[in-house]
Amino acid sequence: MGVFKDAGHLFRFLAIFVFLFIAFWVIRGFVVPKSFGKYGHYRAASIDEIAAHPLHFAGHEACETCHVDVANVKKDGKHAHVNCEACHGALQKHAEDPASLTPTKPDTATLCVRCHEYSAARPKNFPQVHAAEHSTGLPCETCHQPHSPAMTSGGAK
Amino acid sequence: MKITRRQMLVLLPAAAIAWEHVMAGTPEAAPNYTMSEHWWSMLIDIPKCIGCGNCVRACKEENDVPDGFFRTWVERYHVEDEDMTNPTVISPDGGKEGFPPVEKEDEGKYFFVPKLCNHCADSPCTQVCPVGATFVTPDGVVLVDQKYCLGCAYCVQACPYGCRYIHPQKEVADKCTLCYHRITKGLTTACCEACPTGARQLVDLKNPNDPIHEFLRTHAVQILKPQMATGAKVYYNGLDGSVR
Repeated sequence: MGVFKDAGHLFRFLAIFVFLFIAFWVIRGFVVPKSFGKYGHYRAASIDEIAAHPLHFAGHEACETCHVDVANVKKDGKHAHVNCEACHGALQKHAEDPASLTPTKPDTATLCVRCHEYSAARPKNFPQVHAAEHSTGLPCETCHQPHSPAMTSGGAK
Repeated sequence: MKITRRQMLVLLPAAAIAWEHVMAGTPEAAPNYTMSEHWWSMLIDIPKCIGCGNCVRACKEENDVPDGFFRTWVERYHVEDEDMTNPTVISPDGGKEGFPPVEKEDEGKYFFVPKLCNHCADSPCTQVCPVGATFVTPDGVVLVDQKYCLGCAYCVQACPYGCRYIHPQKEVADKCTLCYHRITKGLTTACCEACPTGARQLVDLKNPNDPIHEFLRTHAVQILKPQMATGAKVYYNGLDGSVR
C-alpha cells in the first residue's frame, strides 16, 4: 500500500471528477427530452405532435360514404376527378357531425370562372370561356349541372 | 479524502440509474402507421396546372397559415422567345385568388408553377439548425419542432427554394409539413385534395403500387435546382428550363 502514500490529492481530484460526471448525466437526464435522439438529432415526440394536428379537409372518401347519389352523378362526368372539397371547401366538421355544420352552396358566379375563365396562361386543352360573352350573364347552372357539367342536349362537352 | 469501497458502491448504482434515465425513450404513438414503410414526396404535373389557387387556399385553411405567408404558392411564368433565361414571374398573394389576365398574349409562353417545400433528403435547412429543431423524419418529411425552435431563421436563409418563414405570432420557423397529420392517417394532403385537375399528387416512393414509378419511367421529370444536391423530392413533369 506504500504506492498510495501521499496520493490523497489525486483521489480528491478523481472524486471531484466523478461527482461532476454524475451530476452532468443526472442534469442531462432531466433537461434533455426523453425522445431526443431516438431517430436522429431531434425530439422524436414532435413527430407525433405534428401528426396530431386537427383535420379540416375530410377527403372525398368521407363525403362519398353518405352522398352516394352525388358520387354516382359525378363519376361519369367531366368533373369525376374534381374532389368534393375543391369546390365546397373544407368540411371535416360536417363529416364528423353532419348536423353541426350545414355547408353553404357555392356561388357558381364566382366558383366556375375561377377555373374556366379564359386565360392565355392556362393549358390550351383545358375548357375555358370568356364568361361575359359565353353566358350573357346567366348563371352557369342554367345550362351546366356542376357535378356533371356537359350539356344534356348534346351541346358543349 | 479517500473513496471507500462503501462510497464506490453508492456512486456506481447512482450513475447507472442516471444513465438509464437518459437512455429511456418514449414509445411510438402511432399504432397503424409505420414510418419505415413510407418515403413521401409529391408530383407536380405542370401541363395540368390551371393557376386557380385552390391549393394555396386549401393549405391556408388546413394549416392556419398566416396572411401574407405561404407553405405553398403558385407562380406564373412568362418566357419570351428571344430571352429564355429571363422569365417574368408573378405570384400575386401567392396565387391565392388566381391571376390577372395576361398582358401580351401573343408574345412568348405562359405557364404556372406550383411550389412548396421539396422535402429534400439531404436538406440544407436541417443541417444548419443549431438546436435540432428541424429534421427529416424516417418517412422523408422535413418538419419543424416548434417547441424546440428558437426562431433564429438560419433555416429560412439556408433553404434554396424559399419555402420557410418565421411565423409572425409564434416567432418560430414554419413550413409545409406535407400535411403530415393527414398522410399518416391515410389521407392525401389538403393541396392535393383541393386540386381540381390532378396537377398535384402525393407520392409514396416506398409503395411499389404507387403509379409514380410508372410515371417516372415514362416521363421527362425534373426537380428544382438539382445542381444544389439537396435531394429534392418534389418532381416536376413538363418543367420549363427557365424555371428557377
